[in-house]
Amino acid sequence: MNDMTPDGYTTEDGRKIGAVVMEMRNITLRFGGVVAIQDISFDIREGEIRAIIGPNGAGKSSMLNVISGFYHPQEGEVWYKGAKRPTMKPYEVAQQGIARTFQNIALFEGMTVLDNVMTGRIRQMNAGLLSQAIWKGKAEREEVENREVVEKIIDFLEIQHIRKTPVGRLPYGLKKRVELARALAAEPSILLLDEPMAGMNVEEKEDMSRFILDVNDEFGTTIALIEHDMGVVMDLSDRVVVMDYGKKIGDGSPDEVRQNQAVIDAYLGVAHD
Amino acid sequence: MPEQFIWGMEVFLNGLMAGVLYALVALGFVLIFKASGIFNFAQGVLALFAALTLVGIMEGQVPFSHLINAVFGTDVHHFGWTVPALAAILLTMLVMVALAWAVNQFIFRHLVGQEPIILFMATIGLAYFLEGFGDMMWGSDIKKLDVGLPQGINSVIDEVTYNIFGYGFFIDNLDLWATLVAALLVIALVLFAQFSKHGRAMRAVADDHQAALSVGISLKFIWVMVWSLAGFVALVAGIMWGTKSGVQFSLSLIALKALPVLMLGGFTSIPGAIVGGLIIGVGEKLFEFIIGAPYLGGATEIWFAYVLALVFLVFRPQGLFGEKIIERV
Repeated sequence: MNDMTPDGYTTEDGRKIGAVVMEMRNITLRFGGVVAIQDISFDIREGEIRAIIGPNGAGKSSMLNVISGFYHPQEGEVWYKGAKRPTMKPYEVAQQGIARTFQNIALFEGMTVLDNVMTGRIRQMNAGLLSQAIWKGKAEREEVENREVVEKIIDFLEIQHIRKTPVGRLPYGLKKRVELARALAAEPSILLLDEPMAGMNVEEKEDMSRFILDVNDEFGTTIALIEHDMGVVMDLSDRVVVMDYGKKIGDGSPDEVRQNQAVIDAYLGVAHD
Repeated sequence: MPEQFIWGMEVFLNGLMAGVLYALVALGFVLIFKASGIFNFAQGVLALFAALTLVGIMEGQVPFSHLINAVFGTDVHHFGWTVPALAAILLTMLVMVALAWAVNQFIFRHLVGQEPIILFMATIGLAYFLEGFGDMMWGSDIKKLDVGLPQGINSVIDEVTYNIFGYGFFIDNLDLWATLVAALLVIALVLFAQFSKHGRAMRAVADDHQAALSVGISLKFIWVMVWSLAGFVALVAGIMWGTKSGVQFSLSLIALKALPVLMLGGFTSIPGAIVGGLIIGVGEKLFEFIIGAPYLGGATEIWFAYVLALVFLVFRPQGLFGEKIIERV
């Protein structure tokens, strides 16, 4: 975390991190009397892997839902690409280039892997209804072009062998990977991952970590992820936000966070007793 | 017996054609059920409303003329012009799209996430509202619908079969056209659902709302689109049935005939609606011909479809083509 400038910084392994693409300013989210997020600010820079960690109930998932438009904070502002974002519905946020996965996996179970990933391309396809209905001109061209992109992503995530399988039949680990593929197909400006390793065995976790790093490396995708598993997070991410009881208690590089006393007390201490 | 066999063939063919008409109605059900999980009881009334609107526009009827006359003391009934069939069909389609929008805006938007039974009740309410609304808008008398589809015996088939069997089959031209149109409609709908962005979005919405939102699909747009499609299918069904037997309020009852078709074909399958329709159409005609009329005193067509559906419910509840629901344990 040296050379921190407004334009970005260079990581220890030599990757160039760009300017701030998203900024949360003093976000407060309440459900009735329960404060889920209390006055939290942080930013996400272009090309980085940004983690949000914290014990159970810390408000991590709520924060992700605020970013993706599923929750609307009572106070605070979301700044995206240099402009304040108005209150938006989730599908509008998605159309702006913020793709996400879900902790409990939200795939279209009855559809094939290929179709699922193709839905990720909706933002890139804008042929009119009529053109689609007669399947000529723009609609046909678009379908073919987008299919090519999707096939590349399917290859990249090594799920070619299950392309035509209905998602409902797949085991958990593969479903997670299909969900990642669908989010990736949107070529998002920011990719939000909600506990991408939850419920996985060691081998699956290693695979997923590798894919996340590869995605970031290959496509330069900005990734914000929530994770429970401290070890995984520290290896993966460039910068980490630590939450506890809805408050931010730490923010910085993995090393900085590791040495932060508040973090050790709240999180590591609990995790290792 | 050969004579019996030849008659049986004619009955079989007529059954197929009747089945196509059932399938057309069932198709509207499947579309809405697939995309929103709503069993749309109003599909039959939708067909009636479409047919009423089509006739009204073609004949240049003044909508709500009874109401207007009662309030303003006027005596208007017709604009005094007639509209060509094709233009009237397009205008009717616009009305159906507007209706689709209104149905979402005023009813189903407020019922998101409710139990299926609540949604079903809402469609029953919609059915009766629409029946009354259609009545108020276009009047309640039986109307003749003629959009220029050929009707009457098909002389080619009559002649060819006469030359082969020594007995001319009676096949109605209208039924042939209905079959052709339905076939094209089904192929188009299947292709649309499978290979286009909005078709895929439609299936996505049917599968998981939250996931659909997260990839940038507007639920509202898809629902309006699906109801418009159902309105379009209803219009086609309304034209066929209306041409056959006149536009009258009993048209809304064809929805009940679609129920056994759906149980056979499965509620979620577009090809299933067609096959189900054909089986019911052929089944009830042949049953009447072979068993019903000679042994049971006839009129078996009224109940045959429902009994067949009942048998299917016992042995294959998801229908022939429906998705078998398997839960992981």
